[in-house]
Amino acid sequence: MIPPLRRELIATWGFVARNIHLTKRYWGWELVWFAYSLTSSLAVAYIGLGTERLSGPGVDGNYLTLYLLVGTLVWSYLSQIFYVISEMVAWERWEGTIEYTFMAPSSRLTHLVGTSLFAVVYGVARTLLILAAAALFFDLNLAGADLGAAALWLLVGSISFTGFGILAAVMPLLFPERGVQMTNVVAALLLLVSGVYYPVEVLPGWLQLFARASPATYVIRGMRGAILEGIGLGDAARPLALLALGGIAMILFGTWVFSLAERYAKRTGRLKRSG
Amino acid sequence: MDALSIMGLEKRFVKGRKGEVYALRGIDLTVAPGEIYGILGPNGSGKSTLVRIVATLLLPDAGEVRVFGHDVVREARRVRELVHRVSTEAAFFKKLSPLENLLYGARLYGIPGRIAAVGARELLRRLGLPPDRIGRPMEQLSRGQQQKVAIARALLHPPRLLLLDEPTTGLDPRSKREVQELICDIRAKGTTIFLTTHDMDEADRLCDRLAILDEGRVVAEGRPAELKARVGTDGREASMEEVFLALTGKEWDDDSSPAA
Repeated sequence: MIPPLRRELIATWGFVARNIHLTKRYWGWELVWFAYSLTSSLAVAYIGLGTERLSGPGVDGNYLTLYLLVGTLVWSYLSQIFYVISEMVAWERWEGTIEYTFMAPSSRLTHLVGTSLFAVVYGVARTLLILAAAALFFDLNLAGADLGAAALWLLVGSISFTGFGILAAVMPLLFPERGVQMTNVVAALLLLVSGVYYPVEVLPGWLQLFARASPATYVIRGMRGAILEGIGLGDAARPLALLALGGIAMILFGTWVFSLAERYAKRTGRLKRSG
Repeated sequence: MDALSIMGLEKRFVKGRKGEVYALRGIDLTVAPGEIYGILGPNGSGKSTLVRIVATLLLPDAGEVRVFGHDVVREARRVRELVHRVSTEAAFFKKLSPLENLLYGARLYGIPGRIAAVGARELLRRLGLPPDRIGRPMEQLSRGQQQKVAIARALLHPPRLLLLDEPTTGLDPRSKREVQELICDIRAKGTTIFLTTHDMDEADRLCDRLAILDEGRVVAEGRPAELKARVGTDGREASMEEVFLALTGKEWDDDSSPAA
């Protein structure tokens, strides 16, 4: 008889191992996706140098490039977490395995945590690779950056995006045909309001309300502070703690909403439809 | 204690303009431990809905379903430890190999990977899956081979109640016979089997008892020989087709019933 906690840990690893196997089997697609992400990041970062060329020496092209690069890399990472988690239901629907996963005696929290764990590790590895490749194209000056603080911002931000991902995963559960497309709307809204490519202060007042609600706003602001201005952990402790608390609350809320949606899907027979 | 007891089970679905459609109406039945109990019915009669409710994948609208005394709604997790299901569609991650799929399935039941890998190889060997297929993507396996992997998945964490939802549908005659022999082997080891089928010969040959389901209702229940004797005349034993015709007033036609 295996103790319950050990069983859940084995199941958690089951989700991580499954996703590692899937990533290996789809290696060709991973290469294509990596190339797409890298070229997208480069295209955005070159806007910094382009703006300097167009506007004259009044604009610090290198600063602007790094500003945009931080935004695009952080967004690439956070959106990766969001998509991996939110697509966990959609992918299983597509493969037809969703009923087998939901029939297993492991808890839904284990399911969500296992998927999230893979998403974070995969997201970090992928983002570091993109950063390393992008560094070959630009003369990046990170001398004044506090990389430890930057890493912590990213890690804590992952918690919030895990919660967002779990919430978004509800859509493919409830709407087999269009659920995945709906998650894209959520991602696009976060991209618009979170200051990925510009300070949120340039947004209209009513959009800034959404910016305040988006955890990505704080993660990107914190990352830029750590990398561009060298703001260390001492000054960032309070906002980091608030972000972590908000992230935990979001995961709990997301899991609760997911459990309600699962119950609804089981009442209406929506698990069966492959979409 | 019954392996499975179902009392007053009802399930309805909303179907567009038709409004609510009954998939199951007032189902009552019990399955004894170690028995092969069959549900025989045409497509759309409610067989899969019934299996999904026992497997905790659907919530009933009324009635009670217990697996070895545990309620499928209130004690769903406990029930999940006792049952496993094999369906018509051998649903797998198609790019993953049989071994990778089985490892994933086993870990969800708390079986460590090392133990699961040994068990999976042994099961697949016993089921006659060629060794060179174990590491290949599932999409390269035949339908019969995929169904064997599906059965192996269910047996890696040996269930006390095995739900087989039309496990031989779409298989070639040889694979069908192999799967049917396997079902008998599994029962010989003490596992209770709840089998749905629309194959009358299969129901007749494999099941200790069976219920005939039509439009969500059990129209007859008993041992296959009893049912045939009930309908037969002049001392002649009826065929299962004749049993179905006599009890439902319908010719056996898989597409005649409304979808449930």
